[in-house]
Amino acid sequence: MDALQEKIKEVVAHHGRERHNLLPVLQEVVEQERYLSDYAMTLIAEEMGISAADVYGTATFYSFMDTVPRGKYLIRVCKTITCYMKGKNQILMALEEALKIKLGETTPDKKFTLMETNCLGWCHKAPAMLINDDVHAELTVEKVHSLIKEYKERP
Amino acid sequence: MGKNILKRIDLIFKEEPDSKNVLKKTLSKSNDELINELIASGLKGRGGAGFPTGLKWKLTAESKSTEKYVICNADEGEPGTFKDREILTQVPYKVLTGMAVCGRIIGARKGFIYLRGEYKYLLKELNAEIKKFHAICDELGLKFRVEVFMGFGAYICGEESALFESMEGKRGEPRNKPPYPSDFGYLGKPTVINNVETLAHTFTIFQHGTDKFRELGVKDSHGSKLFSISGDTPTPGIYELELGMTVEDFVNDFGDGDTKAVQVGGASGFCVPRKKFRETRIGYQGKLTGISLPTGGSMMLFNSSRSMYNLLSNYLEFFTEESCGQCTPCRVGTQQLIEGIRAVKRGEKPASYLDKLLALTETMKATAKCGLGQSVANSFQSIVENFREEMIY
Repeated sequence: MDALQEKIKEVVAHHGRERHNLLPVLQEVVEQERYLSDYAMTLIAEEMGISAADVYGTATFYSFMDTVPRGKYLIRVCKTITCYMKGKNQILMALEEALKIKLGETTPDKKFTLMETNCLGWCHKAPAMLINDDVHAELTVEKVHSLIKEYKERP
Repeated sequence: MGKNILKRIDLIFKEEPDSKNVLKKTLSKSNDELINELIASGLKGRGGAGFPTGLKWKLTAESKSTEKYVICNADEGEPGTFKDREILTQVPYKVLTGMAVCGRIIGARKGFIYLRGEYKYLLKELNAEIKKFHAICDELGLKFRVEVFMGFGAYICGEESALFESMEGKRGEPRNKPPYPSDFGYLGKPTVINNVETLAHTFTIFQHGTDKFRELGVKDSHGSKLFSISGDTPTPGIYELELGMTVEDFVNDFGDGDTKAVQVGGASGFCVPRKKFRETRIGYQGKLTGISLPTGGSMMLFNSSRSMYNLLSNYLEFFTEESCGQCTPCRVGTQQLIEGIRAVKRGEKPASYLDKLLALTETMKATAKCGLGQSVANSFQSIVENFREEMIY
């Protein structure tokens, strides 16, 4: 049994094999593996006794359920109306400059992925973005550069 | 601007960590008494749809089943809304207490908070609050447990039946209604599903009685409401105001002196142009004069520097991405709308094409399966009809 198989067995045992535990299972695997590979989805299907198509169909419905490898720090910039009005494009450009990648790409060292997302619920403090689960609001170009510098220094 | 015309209310965020007392008080009353209290308060769902809360609890209480659920809908995804997060941060015990009282009334021992993935950073503290709350329940002999269920980035899961599907481990695709959640909710069991703010209001009502709640607001729209205010305003933030205010008073209070339009109720709500500020009120549909707009509390202000075309285009992009894709009117309709306004803007289609698109939104309103597809018409029609020239030139 390989490491992923063991991990999935453990996660499914923890949450339970019933279908209504599928989301928590998927979430935990994404969190630990940084994405859901086809292999992981097949293993989850086997372990929970449902079809791989069901797992794939469910997983790909949710925008946070990444099915391609992502960086250690996943940045999601809000692009919905208030953030758009308050300069999210400049924030995006600053991020592209600081990370030397384009929107949708991952840095070669696999540390950062840059994405956009819909309304984060920080409209009163726009523009805003998430880095993994952490919220960063009232962003400015300067703030973005110092934030990225700080994250680059993290392990 | 900044005239403080509208009275600021301080009920929801008022620190009253009295869960135990409120629970004790409710335990001394019968279920019927409590339901009647809630119905008498006139409290309506604060998520935006405005269904009477007392009636919802009553219907679910009457449903026969040994297994029932209480769900707090914290999938706050409507653009421009951010008040529920603040309630869960500042006064989570009010929400938990409301859930427990509901559980006792309808006969449910299990509650869930469906928290949107974007708010995951709240999870640790929320779980700690839940643990404290469980201890209070145990002390009072109340068999009730609450668990957080994490969403994962899907706006549509705020729609109640899509939320159930999501909790059941499926794609968040809305169901046909009826059956309604009071008969067939999570796992097919009778379920009460309430917005975070609605549950917080039930705490106030059970704590202070119905009068304190009813003295606020206007006929058909009782009580206060949290408003998430953003956009072109010098004072963005969360404000608790009385229902029934006119958009004009609102703009005089929160505008920047150059307000061109106010979007009431988020991307799925209505865009009110300056000429209609005076005649438009914020509240539930009733016998008020003029237009009355319901809202989950999203109020976005736009000044004259904003292009209404860009605004609509941003909303449509949002809907195109967030449509679950299950029914054709919504899946194809949202895409046709965005392509359509782009084509008119580029001059590839005549201005009269906008009328075809307006007709399409009518079709979507009549035939889409859920509120998402049906409500695209709200912003589309109110923007295109009031700012037609901006769509063309």
